[in-house]
Amino acid sequence: MKREIVLEAGRGYRRYWRDMWDYRELFAFLAWRDISVRYRQTVIGVAWSLIQPLLTMIVFTIVFGRLANLPSGGAPYPILVFAALLPWQFFSNGLTACSNSLIQNANMISKIYFPRIALPASSIIVSFVDLLLAFVVLLVMMVIYQVWPTWRFVALVPLTVLAGAVALGSGLWFAALNVRYRDFRYLVPFVLQFGLFVSPVGFSSSIVPADFKLLYSLNPMVGVIDGFRWAILGQDADLYLPGFILSVILVTVILVTGVRYFRATERSFADVI
Amino acid sequence: MSDIVVKAEGVGKKYVIRHRGAYGYVALRDVLANSAGNALRRVTRRKRIGEDLSREEIWAVKDVSFELRDGDRLGLIGRNGAGKSTLLKILSRITEPSAGRVTLHGNVASLLEVGTGFHPELTGRENVYLNGTILGMRRAEISRKFDEIVAFAEVEKFLDTPVKRYSSGMYVRLAFAVAAHLEQDILLVDEVLAVGDAAFQKKCLTKMGAVAREGRTIVLVSHNLAAIEQLCTTAIWLDRGRMVDQGTANEVVERYNASFAPEATGSFETANVTGDGNVELLSYTVTNGDGNLLPLPVTGQDVLINVTVRVREAIQRPASGLSVWSPGGALLTSLNTDHLGQELEPMSAGEHTVTIRLSNIPYLPGPHRVDFWVSGPGGHLYAHVEDAITFEVGESALYGTTQVDRGFGCVFTKVQVSTSPAGMAPIPAEHRPGDSNGTAVELSQPAAHG
Repeated sequence: MKREIVLEAGRGYRRYWRDMWDYRELFAFLAWRDISVRYRQTVIGVAWSLIQPLLTMIVFTIVFGRLANLPSGGAPYPILVFAALLPWQFFSNGLTACSNSLIQNANMISKIYFPRIALPASSIIVSFVDLLLAFVVLLVMMVIYQVWPTWRFVALVPLTVLAGAVALGSGLWFAALNVRYRDFRYLVPFVLQFGLFVSPVGFSSSIVPADFKLLYSLNPMVGVIDGFRWAILGQDADLYLPGFILSVILVTVILVTGVRYFRATERSFADVI
Repeated sequence: MSDIVVKAEGVGKKYVIRHRGAYGYVALRDVLANSAGNALRRVTRRKRIGEDLSREEIWAVKDVSFELRDGDRLGLIGRNGAGKSTLLKILSRITEPSAGRVTLHGNVASLLEVGTGFHPELTGRENVYLNGTILGMRRAEISRKFDEIVAFAEVEKFLDTPVKRYSSGMYVRLAFAVAAHLEQDILLVDEVLAVGDAAFQKKCLTKMGAVAREGRTIVLVSHNLAAIEQLCTTAIWLDRGRMVDQGTANEVVERYNASFAPEATGSFETANVTGDGNVELLSYTVTNGDGNLLPLPVTGQDVLINVTVRVREAIQRPASGLSVWSPGGALLTSLNTDHLGQELEPMSAGEHTVTIRLSNIPYLPGPHRVDFWVSGPGGHLYAHVEDAITFEVGESALYGTTQVDRGFGCVFTKVQVSTSPAGMAPIPAEHRPGDSNGTAVELSQPAAHG
């Protein structure tokens, strides 16, 4: 049975999700292309994706841990920072790549049909690979600092999904807006730079006064980062549950609206890009 | 009874052109500024002035309807900007129609450009997989056809070389090879046959023919009318987004060609003239080298083109030029007086005649279309018109034997053919015919009469 496709003005394509399934290999291939191209003609190759979190960790440990003498709740400060850097880097790289994915592949969009969401989604996959590499570094550091994983480690899987959802949700917004308004290209680095200090990456969110905790959790990355610390540091970290639930709700809202906005605008991408 | 595979009903595509801003995209700044301005106007109830000046609607495609059944091959023809490519973009789902409806039964593969998604850093092998996936092939399918694709592209030795080191020919061959092995039911192809050298173009045409015989449905856009006639069963002729004609490929191509029918004298449609308006194109005549309308000039003779123009403001250093297009739509000659190192007399305000003599034309018989322009220093265009002038090259017994017609190509070349035992091939030369063991046949042009 041949499938039927109807193209009409203003009509959403009904088999959108099935179409995405048909193109599932494209997601993987685009991610593979970006990964395999990235470190060609570089001397230290993959090490580049580890240098950034490691240096950030060292600087944050010195600045927040030693100079500012912020509390770590008993955990070694480097681990505290690195546990937060995992989701933060994932989010930050994912969002950057996602928001640029469409205009960087403008030629593909104007010359061929494929589910447009494959471009931002595959850039999240690329960032996920970086996350896995950084995770290996974390394991090494845990051995060095004698921090042993508990059963909570399992929670890293859904937490990674949550971090990916923040990156994809906001990335879809920015990617779609970027096609029409190039201003967003300048906005993203600013948001990320700002976010790095507003989010509890270099410090534990336990230093936030109790009255402001819920307000602070309006930043969805707060829930994600606290979740990662809770899962990695075991007894040395605790999770502020109302704030975490608020973060999960916000992430869901961002993702759902992001997908909707993307779908509503993607039909005109080829015309305006 | 074959099923309808593609059905287009009243399809249209509208673009809104904004005349403000130097870029194709909008900056948020402008949107904010505009909305603020609109809000202000709403408050003060002032009428919006100049709104129509900043927005213009253009229908790139309008009211196009057709049906294609299994195995139909449709050719889309028309001038540049007629909407052919836009129609193809609608069919391939790249862009959405603004009006009408398209129904597609089956999988669609579109080939609007060869090598979409090719990455220069990746090797040939990697790009085959990447490009194939982008075009909608499954990994297993690509693996199955991999050897065939590589053999077709003739790049076996360079499979593990990054394509950035490929020659442009190799690049194009590989890209086309991937696309040529698609198995989708409906294939949409835009002008990709225009790539590569002659031998490869022929290979592509053959491959397209084979694909067609497999009973797949093809929509082909091309300026190569011969390819359309050869590959397509039906054709649609588009002009400024609308369907002018529809029928069998041969009929439509013939009528399309006839629309450029030789009119030895004529006037210009002002709508087709671009430029700053300082020069108005009034009328033209085309004659043979003697200044007579008949007999038609034949290959090797001269053609005279006279264009009467009206100049509004005097031009100190005018330049002028023309492009000559073959009956099949190939650019044969494109020259202006700057290229020729020639300076024209200043043109005062008023009527002038621009005379162009094409000497010893190498063109073979058929209607030739001419673009004409009057320009100034730095390529500034006073007036430019495409496809406006037509002249017919008459048939003649050019090679001294049979009457040479359009089947012989579009340019005259002296050709010598010889045979000799292997290993001692003589170089055929004009002045030593038959001085080897073999026989040499010399084909040359009779003295140009006239």
